Amino acid sequence: MGGFFSTYVLPVIVMAAWSVLLLVILLVFVAFILYGDRKIWAAVQMRRGPNVVGPWGLLQSFADLLKFVFKEPIIPSGANKGVYLLAPLIASGLALAAWAVVPFDVGWVIADINVGILYIFAISSLSVYGIIMGGWASNSKYPFLGALRSAAQMVSYEVSIGFVIITVLLVVGSLNLTDIVLAQGEGIGTSVGLPSSLLDWHWLALLPMFVVFFISALAETNRPPFDLPEAESELVAGFAVEYSSTPFLLFYLGEMVAVVLMCALATILFLGGWLPPLAVAPFTWVPGIVWFVLKVILVFVMFALVKAIVPRYRYDQLMRLGWKVFLPLSLVMVVVVSGFLMATGQA
Amino acid sequence: MDTGIDPATGVQALFFYLFSGVLLGSGFMVIAARNPVHSVLFLILSFVNAAGLFMLLGAEFLALILIVVYVGAVAVLFLFVVMMLDVDFAALRQGFLTYLPVGSVVAVVLVSELLVVLGGLGFSPTVEVTPNAPAPEPGEVSNTVALGRLLYTRFVYFFQVAGLILLVAMVGAIVLTLRHKEGVKRQSIAAQVARTPATAIEVRRVEPGRGI
Repeated sequence: MGGFFSTYVLPVIVMAAWSVLLLVILLVFVAFILYGDRKIWAAVQMRRGPNVVGPWGLLQSFADLLKFVFKEPIIPSGANKGVYLLAPLIASGLALAAWAVVPFDVGWVIADINVGILYIFAISSLSVYGIIMGGWASNSKYPFLGALRSAAQMVSYEVSIGFVIITVLLVVGSLNLTDIVLAQGEGIGTSVGLPSSLLDWHWLALLPMFVVFFISALAETNRPPFDLPEAESELVAGFAVEYSSTPFLLFYLGEMVAVVLMCALATILFLGGWLPPLAVAPFTWVPGIVWFVLKVILVFVMFALVKAIVPRYRYDQLMRLGWKVFLPLSLVMVVVVSGFLMATGQA
Repeated sequence: MDTGIDPATGVQALFFYLFSGVLLGSGFMVIAARNPVHSVLFLILSFVNAAGLFMLLGAEFLALILIVVYVGAVAVLFLFVVMMLDVDFAALRQGFLTYLPVGSVVAVVLVSELLVVLGGLGFSPTVEVTPNAPAPEPGEVSNTVALGRLLYTRFVYFFQVAGLILLVAMVGAIVLTLRHKEGVKRQSIAAQVARTPATAIEVRRVEPGRGI
């Protein structure tokens, strides 16, 4: 029995403890990211933004959380009750599950699996179900329209995200996220004799793919300017019209966690993960996790600025961009990158 | 406590029965559920459990591809269509008993075909050879690499032919459904971008009190 305990029960307990720790830190981080989002939006529009709860309004997200939790959950009488309540759980649960394979530093990962990037891709392709199920189960017109829009949008942009991931995989030769980050230690910069620096990261070598990934990530997470599933000027609040209280909170949480996940994925695939921007003395003293978090915040600031600056796309324009611009572009890039790798003998 | 069962096999068996049980249960619910959308949701649940079975076999690449392709893309479109169809399924179930004999004949044929295929793996001369062909050692490479090596070397022609068939099917589906409607306003991006002030603006001299 002792053997069974130390081989099976103990690792499960240790892994559960790590997961809980990661989730707590992640959720607190998301609370402040949400605050940052609103502050940046306000600054672009020359407003103050949240500034009442706590010093500089820092505790605004927690006040919002309490408000959601203490409201009454309302279930429409015509709703399909089981699916209606399952949808927000799926949305938030899947978004959190993807973080199991995200490496924050060498070895700082809960599950270091061989097919990590494929796992994240699979989970993010599942996340559309939360929205479709919520929109359908509400048994109402606006949520249903929002759900249909979201299904078409997320399936379309998944295709280009898939091709972007394939180009990165071709360059790295591994589906393991830690390998992908470590492969960015050398590249364009080191080939001309510089120390390992930010020039080696994939954003420079695969610049068109980085742009495609960034825009597709906005569309995949329903962020403005691609927030058509919840376009308030047309659909009130899209798939979430009938939701209130904690179920709505779970939808909202899932959406924000997915946004931060996409920022982390951009960091890992293109911005060198935890690698310092220049591998010389003062930068290498800083722990890798700090660089990782700083890069995630940098990508998120770009997300927030896009939200504040760019007007919402029309639906046919969104589809045109996905299928007629990004899909051919990323297909051609897959061919070009694999051809280059074959020609230079790196494949 | 020594039960004589290796704990590793025990845990594996536990998960195997869990996944298989949910898989069979949700497979049954696909045909038993009254609401067609619930049927599709149970179908998705059974896909996910099948992926879990692949994962137990150590085929993590196949498991995740199953989720990405079937659950993430095919089933989404399926759900999409079923949600928009306004079919009265109560009316469809009316003739259940009259169709039962025909249905059972089809079922018997399918089951016997499956038994023939599974029971007689020696029908094709190549079937004997293929399982005995040297596969990459499991310890050396991950199964993603092994699968890629086999697909792109030994089976490269079959792989290309499969891709070609899918391409033809896709082109066929587009050709069958593509219609150019007259009288629909379309946005031509090329025409918009190609416009210059010379083609878009006309300067006229308007006499006072005359209008254009």
